[in-house]
Amino acid sequence: MTEQVILHIAGVNKRFGGLQALTDVGIKIMKGQIYGLIGPNGAGKTTFFNVITGLYQPDTGTFELAGKPYSPSAPHEVAKAGIARTFQNIRLFGEMTALENVMVGRHVRSKQGVFGAIFRHKAAREEEADIRRRAQELLDFVGIGQFAKRTAKFLSYGDQRRLEIARALATDPQLLALDEPAAGMNATEKLALRELLIKIKEQGRTVLLIEHDVKMMMSLCDRLMVLEYGKPIAEGLPSEIQSNQAVIDAYLGGSH
Amino acid sequence: MFNFDTSRNPRKAYASMAVLIVALLAFPFFAAQFGNSWVRIADMALLYIMLALGLNIVVGFAGLLDLGYIAFYAVGAYLAGLLSSPQFATLLESVINQYPALGESLVAILGPEIQQNGIHLSVWLIVPLAAALAAFFGALLGAPTLKLRGDYLAIVTLGFGEIIRIFMNNLNEPINFTNGPQGINLIDPIKVFGVNLAGEAGSRATVFIGGYGMPSVNAYYFLFLFLCVAVVFVTSRLQHSRLGRAWVAIREDEIAAKAMGINTRNVKLLAFSMGASFGGIAGAMFGAFQGFVSPESFSLTESIAVLAMVVLGGIGHIPGVIMGGALLAALPEVLRHVVEPLQEKLFGHVLIEAEVLRQLLYGLAMVLIMLNRPAGLWPAPKHEDRPDGDSDTKNQSSGVIAA
Amino acid sequence: MDTFIQQIINGLVLGSMYALVALGYTMVYGVLNLINFAHGDVLMIGAMTGLTILNILNQHFPDLPGYIKLAIAIGGAVPVCMIVNVIIERVAYRSLRNAPRLAPLITAIGVSTLLNTFAMMIWGRNPLPFPQLLPSDPISIGGALISPTQILLLALALVSMAGLVLLVEKTRMGRAMRATAENPRVAGLMGVDSNKVIIATFALGAALAAVAGVMWGANYASIQFSMGFLPGLKAFCAAVLGGIGNIYGAMLGGIVLGIIESLGAGYIGDLTGGFLGSHYQDIFAFVVLILVLTVRPSGIMGERVADRA
Repeated sequence: MTEQVILHIAGVNKRFGGLQALTDVGIKIMKGQIYGLIGPNGAGKTTFFNVITGLYQPDTGTFELAGKPYSPSAPHEVAKAGIARTFQNIRLFGEMTALENVMVGRHVRSKQGVFGAIFRHKAAREEEADIRRRAQELLDFVGIGQFAKRTAKFLSYGDQRRLEIARALATDPQLLALDEPAAGMNATEKLALRELLIKIKEQGRTVLLIEHDVKMMMSLCDRLMVLEYGKPIAEGLPSEIQSNQAVIDAYLGGSH
Repeated sequence: MFNFDTSRNPRKAYASMAVLIVALLAFPFFAAQFGNSWVRIADMALLYIMLALGLNIVVGFAGLLDLGYIAFYAVGAYLAGLLSSPQFATLLESVINQYPALGESLVAILGPEIQQNGIHLSVWLIVPLAAALAAFFGALLGAPTLKLRGDYLAIVTLGFGEIIRIFMNNLNEPINFTNGPQGINLIDPIKVFGVNLAGEAGSRATVFIGGYGMPSVNAYYFLFLFLCVAVVFVTSRLQHSRLGRAWVAIREDEIAAKAMGINTRNVKLLAFSMGASFGGIAGAMFGAFQGFVSPESFSLTESIAVLAMVVLGGIGHIPGVIMGGALLAALPEVLRHVVEPLQEKLFGHVLIEAEVLRQLLYGLAMVLIMLNRPAGLWPAPKHEDRPDGDSDTKNQSSGVIAA
Repeated sequence: MDTFIQQIINGLVLGSMYALVALGYTMVYGVLNLINFAHGDVLMIGAMTGLTILNILNQHFPDLPGYIKLAIAIGGAVPVCMIVNVIIERVAYRSLRNAPRLAPLITAIGVSTLLNTFAMMIWGRNPLPFPQLLPSDPISIGGALISPTQILLLALALVSMAGLVLLVEKTRMGRAMRATAENPRVAGLMGVDSNKVIIATFALGAALAAVAGVMWGANYASIQFSMGFLPGLKAFCAAVLGGIGNIYGAMLGGIVLGIIESLGAGYIGDLTGGFLGSHYQDIFAFVVLILVLTVRPSGIMGERVADRA
């Protein structure tokens, strides 16, 4: 039984002026995995994210999604290819309702344009109804279905994070890339998030995850990679990472 | 009182709209008691409302501060000027003078009729042409701004608006396209279904429909009202569609919008084009209504006026924009009728003339609104009440999103 | 060749005025990240105030030498413009410092409209003649002509810019300004009162614009309430050309834009085979702006970049 490789990236280098932000970083994620990316602050995790999803242009690197090469040159192309992401500092469409936020997520999988908007012919109406239905389903899935009509900026912090995940899921991604989804959450919220991620995995989705809560990562992720100063210093199962000396040194005192 | 939000309370919304439409239809018949000027003011106000609704697509929905919007109004107006007046004959003449070979061949193709009288296309052709040409210019002006940040975008669009005005002012030699500072005269009035909206010759500007006669300004009023309603309809449909959501997404957070797969370049260009096309249609109507166009009508002041209407009313909120347009277009004129005679009585002469008053209003509107009610006088209703119970927190939440 | 030198001289004169106004834009942008749309109208206020002073002087002290009158006019226009600009900052911009960037821009447009309207009310709508103050016999340089007024203009611009550089580089306030432009928060932590710095920035920019305004009037002999808009816009283009946020960039950009515009106006007829005439002169600034923002947004001296939105 061959597992499918969802994301295969190799040899990424990125320099910002005088700073070498990423040195020869690569990653290989199998379908259905929850893959964790950890490391001290400034290690380059979000930079790597931004490179994968097209926000930054790498100096070098090869990029393959589900076996097909993709070009990380434009974020919207990356989304179309099948990588959806959330952001470290939540980037919702604040003035839109929660439902509308998720409906925007369906944009890349739908096609009605000006004509459909104005004339609302049958195909357009059907697509719009479908978008709305899917969006509501996703809101229910992440647990905020009852807030569909609420303006996004008035949601609580935890709900906003969930909304961002629902929106990313709406793009029907091959890979869901989450940048510190648990930031700012208390223990209860983190548990809820953990359960949501497991639910997502059970649907067969693949998740790439940046997080600082190492304990949560160890129990949640199938595999992990550790970055330090833009270089990968360890990769493997949680148990392997936990006992890896380089990792322990990097975190100055071990993983608690 | 009035509520036009169809998603919240459809019955009330449609009832409000019906009441409004009836009042609007009845208006000219009442106003006619006091002479033509009020209906004329309403006609111009309707054109401005169309402009404000068009600009609302660019500024309100997509969040792109276009300061050169009046250029599209100019494009539509000058198109009407060039293709439904004697101007084309003048143009041909100048071509013959400068490039005789080219001129003669053009005359051979077009015929002596056009050489004599110019081109006179019907309104059914002028309107779509104006919309299309304006849309083209919209995309053209928008294209270099796609990567620019808000205030730079504003200045660049302003520059474009100025460039268009300069061209309109100077494109009269060597080939006379626009007749320069004098503008184009004798533009055909609108003729639909056999009815000439300026009135038949000798009827002193009375239009006869069936056996019933009404002043020309009233006839134009109904036409412009119809067009306005159509524009409201179209922009409203656009707002509540996949495209409309994409526009708002770009306005709210362009990076997130891109990350969700929105091709921001194309979507922005669409905003510019669609907004511009409404400007073009309004411009063509303006040309026909007024009968002449000149570069003075298309200065930065006008761009700012339309922006003030959108800002005052409620950026992005269609009813608000209509209100803003109605207020800022009609109020100065209304005040002129009231304030100028008042000043005469009080001070013996007019201290502040209507034109100055108009400018004062625009300036004050923008400053005061931005300082006190940045969302406008009538912004879109916010859905923040919590009828369905809390999730995590008890108090009113404060999201992490910056305004 | 005469024409060429003439165009260069014209360009230098025009460019000096652009440079003075561009400095105002760039300094405000440096500390506040805001385009003070109303800055061009400060130029107009300077010219108008100067004219009013000159008219009074001509009425009561007609025998004063021309350059004394001019000095008094400038001396009067500068404080007026400073006050106007500081009031604008206080009323229109201060409360919007943390608002999304479009809000202060819209307010600025409103302020500009208001300034225009007040000028229209005070000084009327029609162009006003600026009195002749210096002898009008031009001096010949290499076949081209330059008037004493223009020479004075260049001298004043040079002195003003040098004064500004001294102030920014050598004084405490100047250091505070540079620090705030770099990093307002840290500057605050170092004890810099950002409000004072911002007020000083607006005041300085206004002072330079006042000088430019009075000299504009003296050079072109006619001013009008709407005169500030186009030069202001072009000065902004110059600031971007030189590198927005960079004082030396503003000076360089102003001079370069002035020369481009002058040469362009002179040669555009030949370049386009007679299709476009010199009336199209105003277009150059915008074309330059669009090119700069498209090709090299950081400008010639490249400090601040127009962010990817």
